[in-house]
Amino acid sequence: MQKSLHIDPGKCTGCLQCEMACSLENEGVFNPSKSRIKVFTFHEEGRFVPYTCTQCDEAWCMHACPVDAIVINAVTGSKDVKADLCVGCKVCTIACPFGTVNYNADSGKVVKCDLCGGDPKCVSSCPTDAITYVDANATGLDKMRAWAAKTDNSVSADA
Amino acid sequence: MLYVIVGAGPAGVVAAEQLRKLDPLGNVTLIGDEPEAPYSRMAIPYYLTDKIEEQGTHLRKQSGHYDAHTIDVVQDRVVSIDTSINEVHLASGDKRRYDKLLLATGSSPAVPPIPGIELAGVHNCWTLEDARAIVKLAKPGASVVLMGAGFIGCIVLEALALRDVKLTVVEMENRMVPRMMNETSGNMIKRWCEEKGVAVHTSTRAESIEQSGSGLVVKLSNGENVAADLVISATGVKPNMQFAADSGIETDQGILVNHFLQTSDEDIYAAGDVCQGKDFSTGEFTVQAIQPTAVEHARVAASNMARGHHSEHAGNVNMNVLDTIGLVSASFGSWMGTEGGDSVELVNEPAFKYLSLQFEDDVLIGASSLGLTQHVGVLRGLIQSRTRLGDWKEKLKEDPLRIMEAYLACAQGQSTSMT
Ligand SMILES: Cc1cc2nc3c(=O)[nH]c(=O)nc-3n(C[C@H](O)[C@H](O)[C@H](O)COP(=O)(O)OP(=O)(O)OC[C@H]3O[C@@H](n4cnc5c(N)ncnc54)[C@H](O)[C@@H]3O)c2cc1C
Ligand code: SF4
Repeated sequence: MQKSLHIDPGKCTGCLQCEMACSLENEGVFNPSKSRIKVFTFHEEGRFVPYTCTQCDEAWCMHACPVDAIVINAVTGSKDVKADLCVGCKVCTIACPFGTVNYNADSGKVVKCDLCGGDPKCVSSCPTDAITYVDANATGLDKMRAWAAKTDNSVSADA
Repeated sequence: MLYVIVGAGPAGVVAAEQLRKLDPLGNVTLIGDEPEAPYSRMAIPYYLTDKIEEQGTHLRKQSGHYDAHTIDVVQDRVVSIDTSINEVHLASGDKRRYDKLLLATGSSPAVPPIPGIELAGVHNCWTLEDARAIVKLAKPGASVVLMGAGFIGCIVLEALALRDVKLTVVEMENRMVPRMMNETSGNMIKRWCEEKGVAVHTSTRAESIEQSGSGLVVKLSNGENVAADLVISATGVKPNMQFAADSGIETDQGILVNHFLQTSDEDIYAAGDVCQGKDFSTGEFTVQAIQPTAVEHARVAASNMARGHHSEHAGNVNMNVLDTIGLVSASFGSWMGTEGGDSVELVNEPAFKYLSLQFEDDVLIGASSLGLTQHVGVLRGLIQSRTRLGDWKEKLKEDPLRIMEAYLACAQGQSTSMT
């Protein structure tokens, strides 16, 4: 059974531990601006919403890539950027309707969540269980998936 | 089923793979006229800057990929189609029968009517062959004149600038990337390039190219003469569709198709740069000539070829992203707005930041940006899902940079009022 990230914004206190853990794991630095998960703040409501890639089935980023640099991880199902193949053209950043593939000017390549290969550090660092890693069926990602389907280019989305 | 695909660019390759997947017993032939393994033109700029080797431009990296998928790749050129007996005729004299045919022949650079355009030292930047010639001539310190600052011209500009050449850009319109940016943002890109040492002449034409000793001289409409070791022409493209038109397939700006990407001949489909497909924003049929559209056409067309007409093409959002020597710009959908629509524009000239949002009612229909690299994809998401922004439209009009919050609140239901 493949697992996916489940985010419960109601539990998030905005402590940014997930951003720190993500940037340390993936970029080797404590720097939230380099994190692949991002916590958005709704100031007026005092609310925090952690947000990252859902590893959607449509995988627009993967299909748009001109050089085959985004591949499906056979173990976790995540869509991973192969940094050695990425030329930094950024087409995936505009193709992804969730806005979860981002360009990193320092490396000249893009970055996105790869579930840390199956042990997501945002999950282990979150003190309130706002981010959990659970069976894909149980995540309630359906709402997001339904929205994703609306973005497809053909009425019946063939694989 | 016998499937034949003409053109081995991204559209052709993706369609071939999709046909193979949907019809495991079908016979898939991919005919392309370029000598290299199927590659992506989009990767050429990165070959020019040594970021990748030639192989890095190949669409598929695994050796034996096409054999492994039993896709028969043929290097040849289709010269005509006999639609009465479903047969394509190749330059080699060979013929191939088809049950379903896909035309994915892309486009070729237009040749501007400028005296001297045929001189050695004047090149397009369209194929790997062009790229090899450019690599030889664009040595550090060489003088290069780039004609055309459209989308492709600007991509090539970035690659040339990184090769440390002395670069002069000539563009007929009054700004850079005129089909992607308005006057304000297009001229911010111009100013950025000038600050990086590139000479940019807008509202200017190249009037002639002449030989001068071992080099060239380009005469401009503003009276200037620019010496050049290399001239690159990036003044536009035209679809490769003459053979199809001559064979009786209906064409206009591109090959005409219906909502199923089927041409005027029921057994023939079209995809990619050659296809005049549906635009999501306007509902009209236009040639978009961008990579994401080529790939999406290919997937929808292949599905309709293999399974009958189940996949209606809803149209593609026209979108581009461009890096001009470190300044990233993007445009989506009806970025220039619509009649009776509403908009907001944020301009920060000193910081080279720009964001324009276009609305129809409370729905985002287009956007363009400069200096934004994080979460830009949500602009496409909001446009294509036709998400109603409600109160968030007014908040965005006050501060368009709150787009990500608006997206989370409206598209993902992430706000107290909605949960
Ligand atoms: C330098 C450069 C940079 C670019 N950058 C971007 C970018 O950043 N973003 C973006 O979205 N797009 C970009 N593009 C455009 C993008 O490359 C095209 O939209 C894409 O290649 C279209 O794919 P296609 O398969 O339709 O056509 P093509 O890639 O042109 O492939 C068509 C193939 O068919 C062959 N062919 C033509 N006629 C025949 C025939 N009669 N018989 C057999 N074969 C034939 C052609 O030789 C060609 O190999 C760029 C293009 C260039 C040149
Ligand atoms: S930026 Fe990299 S991963 Fe994204 S589409 Fe371009 S080459 Fe592929």
